[in-house]
Amino acid sequence: MSQLSPPHLTVTGESVSVSTLSAPARVDTTTDLPTGRRRRLPDLRRWISPLAIVALWQIACETGLLPPDKLSSPWTVLRTGVELAGTGELGDAFVVSTTRVGIGFAVGAVIGLGLGVVSGLSRWGEFLVDPPVQMLRTLPFLGLIPLFILWFGIGEEPKIALVALGVAFPLYLNVHSGIRGVDSHLIEATTALGYTRTERLVHVVLPSALPNTLVGLRQSLGVAWLSLIVGEQVNASSGLGYLINNAREFLRTDVIVVGLVVYAALGLATDAIVRLVERRALRWRV
Amino acid sequence: MAGVTVRGLTKRFGERAVLRGVDLEIAPGEFVALLGRSGSGKSTLLKVLAGLDTDVEGAATVDGGVSVAFQQPRLLPWRRVWRNVVLGLHPPVGRDVAVRALEEVRLADHADAWPRTLSGGEAQRVSLARALVREPDLLLLDEPFGALDALTRLAMHRLVEGLWQRHRPAVLLVTHDVDEALLLADRVLVLDDGRIAAEYPLDHPRPRRAADHIDIRAAVLADLGVTDRATA
Repeated sequence: MSQLSPPHLTVTGESVSVSTLSAPARVDTTTDLPTGRRRRLPDLRRWISPLAIVALWQIACETGLLPPDKLSSPWTVLRTGVELAGTGELGDAFVVSTTRVGIGFAVGAVIGLGLGVVSGLSRWGEFLVDPPVQMLRTLPFLGLIPLFILWFGIGEEPKIALVALGVAFPLYLNVHSGIRGVDSHLIEATTALGYTRTERLVHVVLPSALPNTLVGLRQSLGVAWLSLIVGEQVNASSGLGYLINNAREFLRTDVIVVGLVVYAALGLATDAIVRLVERRALRWRV
Repeated sequence: MAGVTVRGLTKRFGERAVLRGVDLEIAPGEFVALLGRSGSGKSTLLKVLAGLDTDVEGAATVDGGVSVAFQQPRLLPWRRVWRNVVLGLHPPVGRDVAVRALEEVRLADHADAWPRTLSGGEAQRVSLARALVREPDLLLLDEPFGALDALTRLAMHRLVEGLWQRHRPAVLLVTHDVDEALLLADRVLVLDDGRIAAEYPLDHPRPRRAADHIDIRAAVLADLGVTDRATA
């Protein structure tokens, strides 16, 4: 049983903890909560080097090795973060940027999922949808910013469009291949057992495409934040990108770092949400 | 009137005819085993009867509903066991029906399990429950014990025999295990080169033992091209 005690889990990822925990949890009705909590207990030894790096950074700043107009010290960054949060500046920027990603993601997800389902399910759908999507996919979509500015101006629309475009492709590709990858033996068996077309779609095709779709979801969320950051660098009068760009004018590296940290936290948070969804939706993969 | 009537059934894949004029009748409630070497067309015939292959010449009619259990259980891994049993039924039925069907294969306590947690034999029993809950007039079994270990296979023989006696569907068991056919069937057919090459009625009372029908065993093996006298 000593294997189960947290300090011996050398890897924080799921692979190790699953193998040690799966034996007692095999009866499957056991609640996810205790397993999930135990799994997330990190090995403290993994904190040594990150903390050392932050300490070195702090020392480098205090000894003048790193001048504040190149990079502010961690302590200054922390203080600035608290200060910006206090004035509401950070909160406003956060809301603006999150809204952009939210809307862009929703639009892109509907397009990506819709096209993926159409081209995955129907032959004609694939003939008509797949070629243009594959061609557009090869375009470096971040390079479309100049066109987007000409088309949509410099308001919210080009940023949302950029996010939507970035989101749509990974989702499309994964949904499409997920649907195409359905096990033909299952289709044959369910046909012989009298499933209707709709039942085969709901109980066989779509569930079998779900793991791929969730992979696509994670990829596309990563791309969504990247698109937003690039979009906000180019032009913005509000949001985290504006905060960062504005800070550059005044050599406020502390504000820049605060903005970056918030971006990173947002990316991590959305990824964690998808992993949570994954764990629930793919419970059958015992 | 017959449960299954097949007349002059021919199936071609391009130039090659896999079935060439198969005639076959199965009475309601009759247990027929279909033997044949690999590539003799057994599985093709079963697919035609299951309605999975309609691109054929000749006639194949089945009186009533058909259900199938395959060599691999082919359960939906993302639906719980009881849902696997009753999904696709029209009109839809509840969990109680599924649990009753699972009781018959002694798996009622696994009703809420995910299929991937089952052993090979358990999954195959779920597949049987799924086939039987449809109350078929014809039950097609496509080498359903082929992937199981020897001990599990013996237990499954008894289980299938019992289920058949209780529900009395016509059964077509496709297999290449001669002993299994002799143990379970009312009649053994040997498919060779796309035709029914031989037919043996079996009348030994049930439950049978391995030694019953020892004479027919030799004849069937000869039909299948196995003539090693040293093993007899």
